[in-house]
Amino acid sequence: MAEASTPPRDACVKPARGPIISQSEGAAPAAVPQKEEKASMLARVGKPAPDFEASAYVDGGFKNVKLSDYKGHWVVMCFYPGDFTYV
Amino acid sequence: MLALSTDSRFSHKIWQEEELSKMVEGGVPFPMLSDQGGRIGTVYGVYDEDAGVDIRGRFLIDPDGIIQAMEVMTPSVGRNVNELIRQIKAFQHARATGEVMPAGWTPGKPTLTPGPALVGKVWTVWKPEKS
Repeated sequence: MAEASTPPRDACVKPARGPIISQSEGAAPAAVPQKEEKASMLARVGKPAPDFEASAYVDGGFKNVKLSDYKGHWVVMCFYPGDFTYV
Repeated sequence: MLALSTDSRFSHKIWQEEELSKMVEGGVPFPMLSDQGGRIGTVYGVYDEDAGVDIRGRFLIDPDGIIQAMEVMTPSVGRNVNELIRQIKAFQHARATGEVMPAGWTPGKPTLTPGPALVGKVWTVWKPEKS
């Protein structure tokens, strides 16, 4: 697991790309994505899961995780309101 | 399994160390992702802009990256892992065999093979469960 001899580095701010939406998505040429347009819900059953990259806490360390890293595996994504909440 | 909330990765670390590891031996074994700003939650339809958090949403994604199931709930009720596992087993069975699972199916129960021969004959192979 520990391939590097130097301890893992982290920064206070670590950018992650968030949603990764390809231009060809849905092959709908009419809808040219506008920069100022707010992202809206794209997730639909039977359709490709929108890819994304997020910073994450994994196995005691920090790294960025992409949904597409898990291609070939079943994935359950669980959103929840917050750490330390009651339910 | 990927868990996502609008908390920072730092918060995830401390939650794991201070609380989750006391509920689950060794802590939860899956990545905890940070969706600060709710950008990912927005495209999955679970970001509550008024509260600034992702509400409970669960998405089951197959090995081709296709969403097979989703469940979204308001915050006051937690999820049922047994139902999630039932759905995973059902979708895996469907993917492997092409069979379909009638309502209330659980592993081991009869499945259906869709086709002209089954039209109007589902009643012969599937009985509703008496509660």
